Amino acid sequence: MKAKHQRLILAAVALCGVAGAGVLGASALRDEAAYFRTPAEVKAGKTMVGEPMRLGGMVAAGSIRRQSDGLTIDFVATDGKASIPVQFKGIVPDLFAENSGMVADGRMRADGIFVADRILAKHDERYMPPQMGEMPKNMKLAPGE
Amino acid sequence: MIAELGLALLWIAAALACLSLVVGILYVRTGKDDLAALVRPASVAQGVLTAVAFGLLITLFVRSDMSVELVARNSHSLKPMLFKVAGAWGNHEGSMLLWLTILGVSGALVAIFEKRLRKDTLVATLAAQAALSLGFFAFLLFSSNPFKRLPVAPPDGQGLNPLLQDPGLAFHPPTLYIGYVGISVAFSFAVGALVTREIGPAFARAMRPWVLGSWIFLTLGITAGSYWAYYELGWGGWWFWDPVENVSLIPWLAGAALLHSVSVTATRNALRAWTVMLAVIAFSMSMVGTFIVRSGLLTSVHSFAVDPERGTFLLALMAIYIGGALTLFALRAGTVAEGKKFALLSREGSLVINNLLLTTILALVLLGTLYPIVAEAMGEKISVGPPYYNKVAGPLALILCLVMVTGPLLNWRKDDGKKLWSRLPIAIFAGAVILFGLVLFGGKVGVLPLLGMTVAGIVAVASLAPLWKRNLRRTPLPTWGMVIAHFSVAIALAGMAAESAFIKERLVAAAPGETVKVDDYSVKFAGVTPTAGPNYTAIRGTLIATTSSGASFTLHPEARTFPGLMGTAPTETNEAALLTRPGGQLYVVLGQPVTGDDGTADRYQLRLWWKPLVWWIWLGGALIAIGAALSMLGRAQLLEIWRVRRARKAEERFA
Repeated sequence: MKAKHQRLILAAVALCGVAGAGVLGASALRDEAAYFRTPAEVKAGKTMVGEPMRLGGMVAAGSIRRQSDGLTIDFVATDGKASIPVQFKGIVPDLFAENSGMVADGRMRADGIFVADRILAKHDERYMPPQMGEMPKNMKLAPGE
Repeated sequence: MIAELGLALLWIAAALACLSLVVGILYVRTGKDDLAALVRPASVAQGVLTAVAFGLLITLFVRSDMSVELVARNSHSLKPMLFKVAGAWGNHEGSMLLWLTILGVSGALVAIFEKRLRKDTLVATLAAQAALSLGFFAFLLFSSNPFKRLPVAPPDGQGLNPLLQDPGLAFHPPTLYIGYVGISVAFSFAVGALVTREIGPAFARAMRPWVLGSWIFLTLGITAGSYWAYYELGWGGWWFWDPVENVSLIPWLAGAALLHSVSVTATRNALRAWTVMLAVIAFSMSMVGTFIVRSGLLTSVHSFAVDPERGTFLLALMAIYIGGALTLFALRAGTVAEGKKFALLSREGSLVINNLLLTTILALVLLGTLYPIVAEAMGEKISVGPPYYNKVAGPLALILCLVMVTGPLLNWRKDDGKKLWSRLPIAIFAGAVILFGLVLFGGKVGVLPLLGMTVAGIVAVASLAPLWKRNLRRTPLPTWGMVIAHFSVAIALAGMAAESAFIKERLVAAAPGETVKVDDYSVKFAGVTPTAGPNYTAIRGTLIATTSSGASFTLHPEARTFPGLMGTAPTETNEAALLTRPGGQLYVVLGQPVTGDDGTADRYQLRLWWKPLVWWIWLGGALIAIGAALSMLGRAQLLEIWRVRRARKAEERFA
């Protein structure tokens, strides 16, 4: 009887643990998972200000500007349909360049500028998010656009 | 000729695997002894032939035989020798052959050395191992032939991803693979024991060295991989929760759970069904890992251009093995007799909680890794990053560490709560001192790092308790192993917590001659010089770091450019410079030149970190592996045989 009791308690503890872990996992996923968005989706209002997200697009030609501190850069990310200004402070990947793809982790600021914490350039072999593979298809840019 | 010979050997080895499987099934069904005699030699021969084939592939890379497609695509005649050799497995086909080699050699080792198991269980185990090999042979021979010749040999090869040209690469994948595939033996033992219904201490003891062994390699592989990512990527982090990292962590978690539960089965004959289940889960997880990485499901540096056909093939293999094993388990689980009983407050009880926590963390990491893939299949693109993992795994890992404090101090079967408390005062005192010290003098520290350091202190003290009042020379090796491994967890945990709590970062654009302060160091940027390596050119920065006590050190971070070979684009990498000090590491990255108004580069971007105690993380990782190795050594059959023989000889002398 006692052993059976013990087993029941153990099973109950395990069940509670699993349920708790499930709730923990689901809530953490809801809070922390970052959506991948294109500039057009951002413009369409799919993201909230301050919500962690990942922005993917091409760096518009002629848009990269360096601030005088030598560290902050501003550029425009575009998908051919819409454009979002991006600000980033830090060392950009070597392959980050105008007219090439990039993915940025960060969040939208209330003034409509995307503040990036990290930038990943396309062809940067250090990291290629799976989303990158699809970019050339849905992103046709006329030269000099 | 070498390539053709290699391919022929692979076919013969595949045929031998087929033979082992068929004979094994026949033997288990009919029980005819003359059949069983075939399985051992066939397993050994299969392992040897596969290993020779792998050796031939390495020979092709060493000779830079560009008529072989794999060599032409992944090597270059000018590459340093170490990378020519490593190039043999730094690609899809070669790494699958390595996988098969380890699978075959493991089977051969079981066939040669395993003497404790009942014969039918051993034959069933070898047949299961052969079944695993057979699937991967089919995969290799039909869709990823490493020995394929080109109709016309190119003048030279295409080289190897420069990022992978690092001594780390030479050892990282093989180490992880030995870990991944070593668990296959545990899987095969589980299948074998399920088939013959021999699930008990003998089976657990036969399985344990393989679990420990593969877990040691996984630990070393993960630790080395973490350090590699730390200094090679130049991002300053040591763990990114990248899917590729996660799929190595998941089998490691399963292995950690398994090596604890297998001890319970071996010592107490309890948790029998659970141990078998875990063995199946552990290998399933390493196959899931291989599948995710190899199929190109994730695109990162670890997946070498892959096609969907291969992904489907691997998925099918995985479904067959995991599905088959789980079905067998479902059929037989009911007949597994209940193990020995134990109270909740006992060593078994705490190991059950350890297992529950480890599998929960495993499930949550797996969830985070697979969720983006599932979401993408449903049309939503999502990335799950460090915030998720830190939130779910951090607290659970801390609770796990607390269980680690009490577990080894409890008696088997049942124990007394009050007695447990009486064993803990020093550890709790140590934790309290750290906690109050940090709260009072530590400045602003996050909750998780604060708890992390506190728990590390408690674990460090409590892990030594099993040695208390013991004759250290007579303490069995496995106990030493446990103590060292648990103590090392405290070291690693302290490193992780201290690094995240007290890290200092500076990001500047500095002109030559400028000085940057980071923590205790004044770092003077002396300037840059162009330089050249064996197959790259680089801009080399010179920085002089001076401590407040006057000690001075020179650092040379580099920005390297590897020329594109055979029309591929050039690749650039940032080579961080590290200064290791007793208190931590100074980490410097040279960024891009900043052009001034006159169009010349007058400043350079520099990123500097002071990372307190960061190297404790890898020291802890390496020591955990050493602890596990002692544990394994203490239980090794060979050692046992030797000890018994020596004891017998000594007795004979006195007789």
